[in-house]
Amino acid sequence: MTPVLEIDDLRITYRGSRGEVPAVRGISMSLEPGDTLGLAGESGCGKSTVAGAILRLLPRETQVTGRIVLDGDDVLTMSFGKLRAVRWAGASIVFQGAMHSLNPVHRIARQIAEPIVLHEGLSSDAAEKRAVELMAQVGLPAWRASSYPHQLSGGQRQRVMIAMALACSPQLIIADEATTALDVMIQAQVLALIKRLVAERNIALVMISHDLSVLADTCDRLAVMYAGKLVEDGPSHEVFAAARHPYAQALSAAFPTVGDPAERRNPHGLAGDPPDPSNLPTGCSFHPRCPVVRDDCASTSVELRRARDDWRAACLRVEEVA
Amino acid sequence: MSGDGTSAQSGRRSEERAQSSAEQTRSGARPDNMSDTRNGARTGTMNHDAKPLLSARDLAVRFNAPGGRVARAVDGVDIDLAPGEILALAGESGCGKTTLARTLLGLERPSEGTVAFGGSPLRYSTRALKAYRRAVQLVLQDPSGALNPRHTVYDAVAEGLRIHGIHDNERERVADALSRAGLRPPEKFFLTYPHELSGGQRQRVVIAGALVLEPQVIIADEPVASLDASVRGEILALLLRLRDELGLAAIVVTHDLGLAWNIADRIAVMYLGRIVEEGPVDRVLTEPRHPYTQALVSVLPNSPLPEPVVLTGEPPDATAVPGGCRFHPRCQVLAGGLAEQAGVDDECRRSDVALGTDHIACHYARTMSTATT
Ligand SMILES: Nc1ncnc2c1ncn2[C@@H]1O[C@H](COP(=O)(O)OP(=O)(O)OP(=O)(O)O)[C@@H](O)[C@H]1O
Ligand SMILES: Nc1ncnc2c1ncn2[C@@H]1O[C@H](COP(=O)(O)OP(=O)(O)O)[C@@H](O)[C@H]1O
Ligand code: SF4
Ligand code: SF4
Ligand SMILES: [Mg+2]
Ligand SMILES: [Mg+2]
Repeated sequence: MTPVLEIDDLRITYRGSRGEVPAVRGISMSLEPGDTLGLAGESGCGKSTVAGAILRLLPRETQVTGRIVLDGDDVLTMSFGKLRAVRWAGASIVFQGAMHSLNPVHRIARQIAEPIVLHEGLSSDAAEKRAVELMAQVGLPAWRASSYPHQLSGGQRQRVMIAMALACSPQLIIADEATTALDVMIQAQVLALIKRLVAERNIALVMISHDLSVLADTCDRLAVMYAGKLVEDGPSHEVFAAARHPYAQALSAAFPTVGDPAERRNPHGLAGDPPDPSNLPTGCSFHPRCPVVRDDCASTSVELRRARDDWRAACLRVEEVA
Repeated sequence: MSGDGTSAQSGRRSEERAQSSAEQTRSGARPDNMSDTRNGARTGTMNHDAKPLLSARDLAVRFNAPGGRVARAVDGVDIDLAPGEILALAGESGCGKTTLARTLLGLERPSEGTVAFGGSPLRYSTRALKAYRRAVQLVLQDPSGALNPRHTVYDAVAEGLRIHGIHDNERERVADALSRAGLRPPEKFFLTYPHELSGGQRQRVVIAGALVLEPQVIIADEPVASLDASVRGEILALLLRLRDELGLAAIVVTHDLGLAWNIADRIAVMYLGRIVEEGPVDRVLTEPRHPYTQALVSVLPNSPLPEPVVLTGEPPDATAVPGGCRFHPRCQVLAGGLAEQAGVDDECRRSDVALGTDHIACHYARTMSTATT
């Protein structure tokens, strides 16, 4: 099968008032239709930057190298006309806090209908009818169609954004912290919805979050980023249960499994601060915070190593942990 | 105290403090809301048999909402906090957790019912409240919002001491609070500004600001919600350690049941202004009895319950509390016919239900437990 998304040695450097910020430092991944990938890591590690690059949404002066191929087309070189079409029908993103980007003066059904009119050439009546169906799929009753964004709760607005992302039946959905701000029950509703749609329509999904437990529950594969690189990539339940990289271990221990006696009255944290991308530690970037650091960690640069056929981790100790 | 904070929350906080400092009392005067409540809680374990340190009875808080509607934010709550105990207050957004917490802090006056501290009902004179707020400290949700960007860490922590007219040993007190909050060596942080700290460190400063007054209770509203996963565990471990070392009791407001599993002794689950189930964390989160708690636990990743129950319908609205059991329009036990089989479906729809001696506000659960005993 041809991949929906293929990323090869992606490197992204922001250029701004703080000088050069190498936010992403060589990432590769590949997704086929129906594949679901969870991308985890703490704030600032580069997750949203990867997402933005896939649809070329980064600031103009940003330096992007490597290759991003979306359904056979090279995103980094494609024309703007093509890019506009791809942004709805090829892939769509539900961003962190995207709910704030709804237009306050338009009814929500109209906002959901807009891309449908634009990209599928439906009449506005037909598009609004489709919008109402999409709303039903995300659990918003039809009478909400004429609501304005300010009349909806945060969770409801986030569901409107998901309905919009689905409007033109994309092949790839990128959900960037799309459920983080929601509370448990609404998050569960939204996740169940995403899972169902992905399965029904054979959509590929990249779901970004810092909550590994949510990702493990929704996605088949799990990739963990640290300081702009992937440090672990493998089958999600196994990575969540027994990560190979010490950072991924810390991240999965941060969200306890309710009911697990080992985690009762026993919160796990990770000391130290996230690294500053413009001033990274030498060798393994994680070494200043690593609980099992060795003498050679600060001087050896560490790439992803094979831990098993379908599982890789960027740690000098990979063989030991297995 | 000019209220020049950067967010609504810090504004609100400064206002509260300004108000309470308006009428300066001499330190040493016996404060009205204080009684001897430190009954040997420094043992590091909870103490259920002890008299409650903080309690509320029949508490109701109503707000006027647009269109002449009334929001019943807290609607008939009974709650007790034992010395040295960590209680989690859980429930979905808008269920009244923050309002209840603010009422327990004396920041909101109940429309009905009472809050009592050490057995004496709270008094709402400025002077009494000021003393009370020394004993019962608030730790706010968003650490960046809670700190004034132009105050150094030292000033942020010393602020409470100054408001309460505590002038002796200020430096030692501040240093002690910072190091208890895990900022060591404390002197290194004295002249630091909030923007120079990480999110986790800012949250520690906020906690130090509460600790400096040597409170008996802290009430923390979503203390880790805005923090990164890796930092979260560190802050929770700190709350546990403070309880062990100082016997500090805490109410932690959260919608995160994992947090409750990590640190709380007891949990109270709220739905639409009312506590619907209450009990030890080990029991409530592994064998929940109220249908709402069952649903909440069932949707957790790797839930201890077999089948996820994803509730549908709109999130509940405090201005339109349903009649009968307030959960009945979304209740899976009623919808699935179990309540009818047990012969309580009429009651579910018609008669309101509160927490009883069984600590569960559910007609069905009540019938089942009497049936088995
Ligand atoms: N000052 C106020 N005026 C009017 N309504 C209010 C006021 N404060 C709270 N409410 C309403 O009371 C209910 C409970 O609010 P509260 O802030 O206590 O919820 P919460 O459980 O803390 O929610 P969250 O998890 O979102 O913080 C909500 O319906 C809210 O809109
Ligand atoms: N527009 C920008 N200009 C300069 N630096 C940026 C910009 N956006 C993000 N960064 C920096 O790039 C790094 C990665 O950011 P981001 O991709 O948003 O991380 P994440 O989504 O994992 O939290 C961070 O250090 C961030 O400060
Ligand atoms: S390479 Fe060394 S420092 Fe890096 S994660 Fe592995 S053990 Fe830790
Ligand atoms: S009282 Fe009835 S409606 Fe309410 S939670 Fe119990 S079973 Fe459900
Ligand atoms: Mg991001
Ligand atoms: Mg709240």
